[in-house]
Amino acid sequence: MKAVRWSIPLAIFIILVAFLWVGLWRDPREVPSPLIGKPAPSFALTELHQPSQTLTNSDLKGKVWLLNVWASWCVSCREEHPLLMRLAASKVVPIYGLEYKDDPGAGRAWLAQNGDPYTASIVDRDGRVGIDYGVYGVPETFVVDKQGVIRYKQIGPLSLEALQQKILPLVRELDK
Amino acid sequence: MDVPSADAVLDARLKRLETELRCLVCQNQTLADSNADLAEDLRREVRALAVEGKSDAEIKAYLVARYGDFVLYNPPIKSTTWLLWGGPFALLMGGGVLWWIVLRRRAARPQVAAASNASDEARAREILEEAEPPVSAK
Amino acid sequence: MIPELGHFALILALLVALVQASVPLTGAALDEPRLMSVARPAARTQALLVALAFGCLAWAFVSNDFSVQNVASNSNSELPLHYRFAATWGSHEGSLLLWTLMLGGWSFAVTLFSRNLPPPLLARVISIMGLISVGFLLFLLLTSNPFDRLIPPAAEGRDLNPLLQDPGMVFHPPLLYMGYVGFSVAFSFAIAALLGGRLDATWARWSRPWTTVAWSFLTIGIALGSGWAYYTLGWGGWWFWDPVENASFMPWLVGTALIHSLAVTEKRGAFKSWTVLLAIVAFSLSLVGTFLVRSGVLTSVHAFATDPARGVFILAFLAIVIGGSLALFAWRAANVGLGGTFGAMSRESMLLANNILLAVAMASVLLGTLYPLFLDALNLGKISVGPPYFDAVFYPLMAPAVFLMGVGPIARWRRAPLPELWTRLKWALGVGAATALILPFVLGRWSPMIAFGLFLAAWVFAATAASLVARVKGSHRGGILSALRANSLSYYGMLLAHLGVGVFIAGVTLVKGYEVERDVRLDLGENVAVGGYEFKFLGVKPGPGPNYRALTGTVEVRKDGRLIETLKPEKRIYNVSGQPMTIAAIDTGFLGDLYVSLGEPVSGSVDNIAGAWGVRVYIKPFVDWIWMGAFLMALGGFLAVSDRRYRLAIGRRAAAVAAVAPAAAAAD
Repeated sequence: MKAVRWSIPLAIFIILVAFLWVGLWRDPREVPSPLIGKPAPSFALTELHQPSQTLTNSDLKGKVWLLNVWASWCVSCREEHPLLMRLAASKVVPIYGLEYKDDPGAGRAWLAQNGDPYTASIVDRDGRVGIDYGVYGVPETFVVDKQGVIRYKQIGPLSLEALQQKILPLVRELDK
Repeated sequence: MDVPSADAVLDARLKRLETELRCLVCQNQTLADSNADLAEDLRREVRALAVEGKSDAEIKAYLVARYGDFVLYNPPIKSTTWLLWGGPFALLMGGGVLWWIVLRRRAARPQVAAASNASDEARAREILEEAEPPVSAK
Repeated sequence: MIPELGHFALILALLVALVQASVPLTGAALDEPRLMSVARPAARTQALLVALAFGCLAWAFVSNDFSVQNVASNSNSELPLHYRFAATWGSHEGSLLLWTLMLGGWSFAVTLFSRNLPPPLLARVISIMGLISVGFLLFLLLTSNPFDRLIPPAAEGRDLNPLLQDPGMVFHPPLLYMGYVGFSVAFSFAIAALLGGRLDATWARWSRPWTTVAWSFLTIGIALGSGWAYYTLGWGGWWFWDPVENASFMPWLVGTALIHSLAVTEKRGAFKSWTVLLAIVAFSLSLVGTFLVRSGVLTSVHAFATDPARGVFILAFLAIVIGGSLALFAWRAANVGLGGTFGAMSRESMLLANNILLAVAMASVLLGTLYPLFLDALNLGKISVGPPYFDAVFYPLMAPAVFLMGVGPIARWRRAPLPELWTRLKWALGVGAATALILPFVLGRWSPMIAFGLFLAAWVFAATAASLVARVKGSHRGGILSALRANSLSYYGMLLAHLGVGVFIAGVTLVKGYEVERDVRLDLGENVAVGGYEFKFLGVKPGPGPNYRALTGTVEVRKDGRLIETLKPEKRIYNVSGQPMTIAAIDTGFLGDLYVSLGEPVSGSVDNIAGAWGVRVYIKPFVDWIWMGAFLMALGGFLAVSDRRYRLAIGRRAAAVAAVAPAAAAAD
């Protein structure tokens, strides 16, 4: 009976260690998106390859699509680019690019050099659409469903694992 | 750091607000202090919103809608943060109760302490007598 | 060759530490003097071996040996000598070696200043410290070897992070670690006492100086860190409640409670189990701090490069050491027994309240620091907990503790009747209230926060003075001077430390209440008036530094037309890393600082320097009182430890033992 109160510090410590253990496998820097399950913010931006044309999000209603945030100055984008090319070639889901805070000329040159996986790319020169989407780093990728609702956000470069285990199954699910 | 406007009052208000917001890129700096590109963009947004007439709360809501609670250095009071905001107060109350209990226990035990003191005294006397050389021996 | 020697020295140190950790402990358990006597030589040998290893690493840095991975990653041949030396502890591996070196140093010190410690106690203390050394040496050798070679060697190093190329880097980590690691001594004493089953006033007397010295070093270390951030980060802040800052502050809070608790245990035999728990918690927080900085669990500007494997190791180490100590506490503390009685109003009850307040403050800081982790681990979302939370929670908790700090020294042990306290302190209260009401108006602005802060500061000064006055009056010596001399250094140490707290509070209150900040764009020759001063911008000039390119601005400061100072804030680009740094220019004064830093050139490009620039001007009244207060606290601690009682008592006890021994022999 008497021993109980002397054990309180130990009990508290054990709980603390449990949390610290779980914490070791989390990334404190990752900021999850509050937009999951919410309608994709609207945009109306010029297309990269056809500057006279404007693309809006309502144009894309009725189909499942990916929004990939990229830039010619982004180093990590090169990591995921081969995967994007393969994904585009498989024609499973259309990929739209958001060229983020970049010079359109540099962007076009980059795509010409590295390959263009995008059905279309739109130009977000000052990053305001990026802010609406909660973009805080490049690259990021969003999965949007037929009703225009964001269903998933990938922070950082796409990995094969993320594609196979999360994104592709989700796209298949949404396509039904 | 951006080139400040002529309106010192607005600047001061924005500065105060921005010190409560977290930069998402350099995550250990406030929005006011960070030199990151995104921080400059967000400061620009915040300024535009303020000029439009939005209140501090509305500006914060705008950012939280896009980036989540992470962007607030002052954690909001919601069900998940009750323990955070209530904790220190609860600990203080608990500490007060502990203080009270300890004092009551001490007050309730003078006999026990006196008894042990008496036996300690007897033992102490024994030890002292042992330590001091007996008068007869040289 | 030398790095291999260092590596080998570490391996040997581990082996010796294993002996140090096991043999004396066994000797104490079996009451075997020969095993117990292994303690001193083992501890000393281990310490010397670690020192040798540290020397080898330092040599590698100073001599630019880029075949060592650590040197190649953290140094550069253009780096000035003192920074090459400081770079030894600029990385995770190097700083861990510094930690281990400090631990060896403290162990060595314990072997030196323990002439009259009962052998079983000394043996246990040394063994516990040895166990901790084993943990750190294993960690070094298994996951964080500073002597790893880079093959082929780099032609040139990647340079020390520019933020660390500063005198602060030379002093802050070593002094901070002296504090962190120093608490291991109090910890070891506590564990030894629990193991031996004996916890009494003598134990407290032995522990006290070690704890106070460690606390003083930690105070200086934290103050240096804060001052360094102030002048190096460019925006005049000095405390951010960053997780790593909190990691150093929490042991400090508990250490403060521990010092006071030890005083009660030594003088009155009370608070024994509480003191033991505080000693365990203080060092545990040092270890938790080490974990937080190196595991990647929290984001912090101070955090080292992270690696889950390292995190797992430290967590396991934490679990064993802290879990083991708390389990031992749970098992043995109940037998420690109750000490002297005291009334509801007494110095003891106030010190108890003080300790509880400090513990609650520490728990609150811990809660705020780890809360984002808690929520994330439970998948309840990601939040941030920053200065607004900590400020809101910490100050209200500390205010009563500071108030008690004025009352405690006046209160008698065991019974401190309220009327007597009132008589002694009423004019101090008056001084506090008057200051709170009047001074803010004199300084320019009255607000409840400023008034309350000034009340506390003035209260501390006045109540401390009242304590001294009461002592002199109550003294039976004739004459003030001899009455003053009759007081011990320990008492004056306390007064000085408490005064330091008052100075600190005054500094924080005044700078937060009255600081002025202006961000302006200034053309060449343009003036801006801030806080009664005129700042004139005279342009920016390029110039080279030892390992960086600098753009040096010139700002002339005038008051009433008279030139006071010419400040030269800099913007640097470091050659190797390309990293930019803003170096503020500060005119330091007793009554406040003038702080100027360069922002960005208005034209947008750092290469076009001839035009207008953004300039930040701060007036920071009394900001240096913050660090002055901290140094006074540390000085008070050192003063208290130099008290003759500690040295004399040791000598007297030695004489007594010597006298008794032959008499006992003769009596047989």
